[in-house]
Amino acid sequence: MFEPQDPNRIQLNSNGQLKHFITTEGLSKALLTEILDTADSFIDMSEQQVKKVPLLRGKTVVNLFFEASTRTLSTFELAAKRLSADVLNLNISTSSTSKGETLKDTLQTLEAMHSDMFVVRHSDSGAQHFIAQHVSPDVAVINAGDGRHAHPTQAMLDMMTIRRHKGAFEPLVVAIVGDILHSRVARSQIHALRTLGAAEVRLIAPKTLLPRHIEMLGVKVYTDMNEGLKDCDVVMMLRLQKERMKSALLPSESEFYRLYGLTEEKLKLAKPDAVVMHPGPINRGVEIESSVADGPRSLILDQVTNGIAVRMAVMSMAMSGQVAEKNNRMEAAQ
Amino acid sequence: MIVAIENGRLIDPKQQRDEVTSIYLQDGKVVAIGQPPAGEITQRIDATGLVVTPGLIDMAAHVREPGYTQKGTISSESAAAVAGGITTLLTPPTTSPVVDNPAVAELIVDRAQATGLANVLPMGALTKGLEGEQLAPMHALHRSGCVAFTNARAAIPSSLTLMRCLEYASTHDFLVIFQPQDAQLAANGCMHDDTTCTRLGLAGIPETAETIEVARCLLLVEQTDVRAHFGQLSCERSVRMVMDARNRGLNVTADVAIHHLLLSDENVDGFNSMFHVIPPLRGQLDRAGLRHALLNDGIQAICSDHQPHDPAAKQAPFAATEPGISGLETLLPLGLLLVEQELITLPQLVEKLTAGPANILGLAAGSLAVGEVADLCIFDPEAQWEVLPETLRSTGKNTPFLGMTLKGRVTSTWVAGREVYQLNA
Repeated sequence: MFEPQDPNRIQLNSNGQLKHFITTEGLSKALLTEILDTADSFIDMSEQQVKKVPLLRGKTVVNLFFEASTRTLSTFELAAKRLSADVLNLNISTSSTSKGETLKDTLQTLEAMHSDMFVVRHSDSGAQHFIAQHVSPDVAVINAGDGRHAHPTQAMLDMMTIRRHKGAFEPLVVAIVGDILHSRVARSQIHALRTLGAAEVRLIAPKTLLPRHIEMLGVKVYTDMNEGLKDCDVVMMLRLQKERMKSALLPSESEFYRLYGLTEEKLKLAKPDAVVMHPGPINRGVEIESSVADGPRSLILDQVTNGIAVRMAVMSMAMSGQVAEKNNRMEAAQ
Repeated sequence: MIVAIENGRLIDPKQQRDEVTSIYLQDGKVVAIGQPPAGEITQRIDATGLVVTPGLIDMAAHVREPGYTQKGTISSESAAAVAGGITTLLTPPTTSPVVDNPAVAELIVDRAQATGLANVLPMGALTKGLEGEQLAPMHALHRSGCVAFTNARAAIPSSLTLMRCLEYASTHDFLVIFQPQDAQLAANGCMHDDTTCTRLGLAGIPETAETIEVARCLLLVEQTDVRAHFGQLSCERSVRMVMDARNRGLNVTADVAIHHLLLSDENVDGFNSMFHVIPPLRGQLDRAGLRHALLNDGIQAICSDHQPHDPAAKQAPFAATEPGISGLETLLPLGLLLVEQELITLPQLVEKLTAGPANILGLAAGSLAVGEVADLCIFDPEAQWEVLPETLRSTGKNTPFLGMTLKGRVTSTWVAGREVYQLNA
């Protein structure tokens, strides 16, 4: 009795351009490729003397972080500044919102400051959906991570890193290893890899860290890391939170490291030219051996560099999607 | 004073009656069917083209008073009930304060009587404060109007305490109602744990959160010989377990909320908080199982599980919103959808909304035989109406059906021979 929801309805304008960036799920291969191409063009720029472009000149970007972050927040800030935007960073710990101000009230306050873009991180899955539905029509919402749901800019910077090192996605076997259950990164990576045409996406984790029926997303599930790593082109590690031991999801860090930690020894099972990625921050000796993290096959620092370019790409694309939508509205009104 | 309701389709499943006829009310009772009784008819109601049934009985409807009057009051929610053809409703003890002492039960009963619309019957708490430790004074609560006892969705942690609650209820032949949910398996969860949940990255509630508690309760029901009812089951497996127990001779029954017969977990896609309910909307197989159970007597009643909210309660990210659907006024039209889908017949639907719940509760209601109390619902099965904030009388406008056009509208509701609701009045 209810039509199935089109996940794109919320993030695309009537021309099919990005106006918010909430999730990689449901976006077309062409659009994901456009994000990667745009980001590539910004990489070249960052090597020049003057690192700024005027794409967001006169626009106000608010980084609205309801969850602590250093890496994501600073790369978003840098990306916005390189696009010539005015940037406001707001760290709103969840404790201050629990003092009574609702998310909707917070939004209205910020809108009164005439912001043009909200970059939002929130601990509740779907928070950015809610915000995109409740902000005034011209404001773009960029998801910087919501609960366990999505972290689309992280996934796209990972895709960019893979493409710059491996070229086409079609022949690639990619393994995602670790705490899939709690990972918004993994979910966004899976959708992006599937849409971009990776040959195989594998998940490697114990059953306590695998969400139910995850294979429905078109992935192969392995509980044995040695089997799962066989002949992989890309190994993407996930961060393991220390709290997982307390909630009986894992017996100990050392047992996890023995079974699911990426060591030089285990990496030998992957293809000789396989690359290793990690969204950071790394727990050395918990999910990855130091020599692997710092080794020649690690792309961890490339990921950070690419992160700025990808964030510049989606911010500029969403802003122009908003402008186009506004023009459409004004034409329709005339 | 004789009221004649003439030429309606009178459906009274308890008497296996389904015919176009007239029904006559006097002194709050049904006095005749078909042939008018002796005496002057003072009011005639033309029910041509309308359906006349016993007043509907809702096994679970939160009225939010005392304690949460921003979400609803006995007066606002009784008005919503009668607008939905519901003349009797059971309200859970999860008020503030909890219905664990006679004063709270009396307050609810008194306010409902003062409002003079629907019969509002409180459920008493099984344990003090619903904390699962000490017995609530069930006998005193019963004397103050509690018709059944429940610990609501707060499962009693100690099986020993639960057993003693059931033994005590059994001592006085009180009905115990379970809203089964394992506290740990459901902790922090907000939707059915399956593919949609995995995609959305929400915390899931597995079926076992319900079935494990159903199993524990059934074993203790068997041991204590208490009369027990399982409310708002969401899993096919739970319904089968209760049915198996009944087939073994246990005195157990079950109901389902109307939305679990129509919606599924896939509706949560898009994070619409209107679909946030506990127990959660399950998968399509569970929904099919619940629907099938209407046909083989696996489920004896359909309820609204009415949970009105203030707007702010639903305006937040999905997991941070409060669960529940405002459902009193859509119970009948959504039930008629099951008839339109040819799942059940109209008399079967009416049975699940009248005689079914009356039997579970042992109420002298749910039938329109001569001599019975004249609680009636009269509705136009073809009338269409749009579910809008302004067409709902409930304080709670929180329903996923908002904006939809539904078929079937109550035109008039009678409680003890008195018209308490008239459409367009």
